[in-house]
Amino acid sequence: MMSQTNWNLEPSLESAAQIQLQAQYELFIDGKWQAPLSNTYFDNVNPADESHLAKIAWGNAADVDLAVCAARTAYDNVWSKLSGAERGKYLFRIARLMQEKAKELAILETLDGGKPIRESRDIDIPLACNHFFYYAGWADKLQEAFAGQQIAALGVAGQITPWNFPLLMLAWKVAPALACGNTVVLKPAETTSLTALKFAEICQEAGLPAGVVNIVTGYGDTGAALVAHPDVDKIAFTGSTAVGKQIQKACIGTAKKLTLELGGKSANIILEDAPIDQAVEGVINSIFFNQGHVCCAGSRLFVQESIAERVIEKLKFRLQSIYVGHPLDKNTDIGAINSKKQLETIERYIAIGLAEGAEMYQPDCALPSQGFYCKPTLFTDVAQSARIAQEEVFGPVLTIQTFRTMEEVVQKANNSPYGLAAGVWTDKGARIFGLSQQLKAGVIWANTYNKFDPASPFGGYKESGFGREGGRHGLSAYLKFSN
Amino acid sequence: MLGNLSTPELSSLLALSPSIDQIGTNERITRIQARSIKGAAKMQGLRMALSMIDLTTLEGKDTPAKVRQLCFKAQHLHDQAADLPTVAAVCVYPTMVGVAKKALGNSGIKVASVSTAFPSGQAPFEVKKLDTLYALDNGADEIDMVVSRGRFLSGDYQFVYDEIAAIKELCSTARLKVIFETGELDSLDQVRKISDLAIAAGADFIKTSTGKIQPAATFPVVLTMLGAIKDHFDKTGQMIGMKPAGGISSSKLALQHLLMVKEVLGEAWLSNEWYRFGASSLANDLLMQYQKQLTGKYQSAAYFSID
Repeated sequence: MMSQTNWNLEPSLESAAQIQLQAQYELFIDGKWQAPLSNTYFDNVNPADESHLAKIAWGNAADVDLAVCAARTAYDNVWSKLSGAERGKYLFRIARLMQEKAKELAILETLDGGKPIRESRDIDIPLACNHFFYYAGWADKLQEAFAGQQIAALGVAGQITPWNFPLLMLAWKVAPALACGNTVVLKPAETTSLTALKFAEICQEAGLPAGVVNIVTGYGDTGAALVAHPDVDKIAFTGSTAVGKQIQKACIGTAKKLTLELGGKSANIILEDAPIDQAVEGVINSIFFNQGHVCCAGSRLFVQESIAERVIEKLKFRLQSIYVGHPLDKNTDIGAINSKKQLETIERYIAIGLAEGAEMYQPDCALPSQGFYCKPTLFTDVAQSARIAQEEVFGPVLTIQTFRTMEEVVQKANNSPYGLAAGVWTDKGARIFGLSQQLKAGVIWANTYNKFDPASPFGGYKESGFGREGGRHGLSAYLKFSN
Repeated sequence: MLGNLSTPELSSLLALSPSIDQIGTNERITRIQARSIKGAAKMQGLRMALSMIDLTTLEGKDTPAKVRQLCFKAQHLHDQAADLPTVAAVCVYPTMVGVAKKALGNSGIKVASVSTAFPSGQAPFEVKKLDTLYALDNGADEIDMVVSRGRFLSGDYQFVYDEIAAIKELCSTARLKVIFETGELDSLDQVRKISDLAIAAGADFIKTSTGKIQPAATFPVVLTMLGAIKDHFDKTGQMIGMKPAGGISSSKLALQHLLMVKEVLGEAWLSNEWYRFGASSLANDLLMQYQKQLTGKYQSAAYFSID
């Protein structure tokens, strides 16, 4: 009988050769590429190997003002005069063009942000396209969505997107805004501007009227200028709770409508009757999806004591077949951490966890020598009062706590300033309903995790923000109501 | 403990079988199927898969001459390619065991015999016993028995358990593969339960299907059975073999199954001592892919001997 071991997959890199990056990107204002009035550009780095990708315009308040004026003019003269059906046609056209360019968008997203090509190809880009298709369908049915109510577009929406799902978050914001008849000024996160800039090209190709979508790249000051602009009717922000609080303060006393989708420290709960192997796989999806850069990541795992040892043993074994490596490798499960700054944050939290006395486990895997990488990390023996269990790490770091009763786990899960998402794993339907009524979280998944659909609203409780994106609920964030 | 559990003991054992969630199972499989198996890894995988085949003929029209031809193929998969492994075993009906044994000589290739009134298992136990003894007396190295699915579905777990345990006792040194015919079972929960039952009763290998019924070795079914093997290993340190049979006819599927074994059980199972493919048409597809990897060109199917 013959025996063979050491069967290892070879790297299988998606080719980035087909991507034509420009050396320098300008601002997209009023349907044209415009050099920034600031005359400033910043370097965009590939987190997979720290190589330079492009120079990107750093818009200042004057640039933001130009963009808002363009959006206002487009709203007054063109967009607000179109019927819903006409707006829907543009959205369908954009959605189809995104689908046609799906591969290019996926590679760009991975180059720019470090996420595995498997995820950008199979999750981010298809979902982003689906959001446009979904909201394209609503554009001429708004009155049916809110029967008996007087509805109208808001005007100019200022939108600020995060770096974890750049194009998908753009889609979550731009698609409903346009469907409801608003025009848009979007500020993408500074580390991940490329797919937003590609999206601007798609808008041009779709023949979208000038000024309906404007993209102003830059850092936090660019975003602050957008928030502060008096002619913006609505601010939609996805990002950290700290920045969300600043934005909310800045909007006090203005007529701006605001939605915030902020941080989380979501609880993933495994009861003793759960389908254990699938629950373990669910934990992998809940915390290691997108390197853990997910606002709704199930970063706090609660396991019923009777099965805790077995679950932890299975998790550790499962981590042996997680591939950490180059994001363009089709076999990569965990790619690059988005930025050096974020890697430092994660490493700081790992040090805090160790200092707090929690037990750490990381699989024995080699990391690339260049670029920003972090091994998947488990912390056991974690107390509810530990910082590692309370604060958002935004990385591939899971804390594991045990519990004895349902009452205990509900208390512990809710004992957090956040309330974005939760997961429940059990074979009993009644327990799913019981727990989901008691857990204070905007989204609750049962026997699965991190599932998204354009028809399903998403948003948080408490310091995870307010307002809903997605579904019919997502429309109301971009409409004004008067009865 | 193996083989002599009382009804209460068996009940409490089966009560521990975890439930299996179909959607989560499919997600795990999607992950594995998204992997890219290329280059040297593909070559190694193809060779490994060839060495794990139980080359099978199980037809009413089987004759000694047909079985001898199959046995020749088992030893000479494709002599045009140098250094190919042989298959692991030839799998035949009990009446053909003697013929196969003689034809394979001391090639090292095992003779596996189906038994216990394959494929339906609908015969009195005495008949099943004689069926098995006949195969063993003629030199079978491995016994592929079918379980009484009707008894299992009606809840008579003790009957199924006792039957497996009794056949295992007859086998002495021959290795026992227990066929569930998962296409006749209702859910992954049942697949898991019968896996736990068969392993407790003394199965050396658990096997999905007879090849006579569809669906056969689907990914969810195989993953569920691998989960039972893994849990048993973690609890006892004892390795159990796995044999998917029926439906795995392409190299791509075979390589994905091997990757699933590697990820779910570990590399220790990546040998024909612990893993087999029950297949007839798979071998030629593996050979075609192998030649393609070697030469960079696909050859016509006419260049690969049937049998």
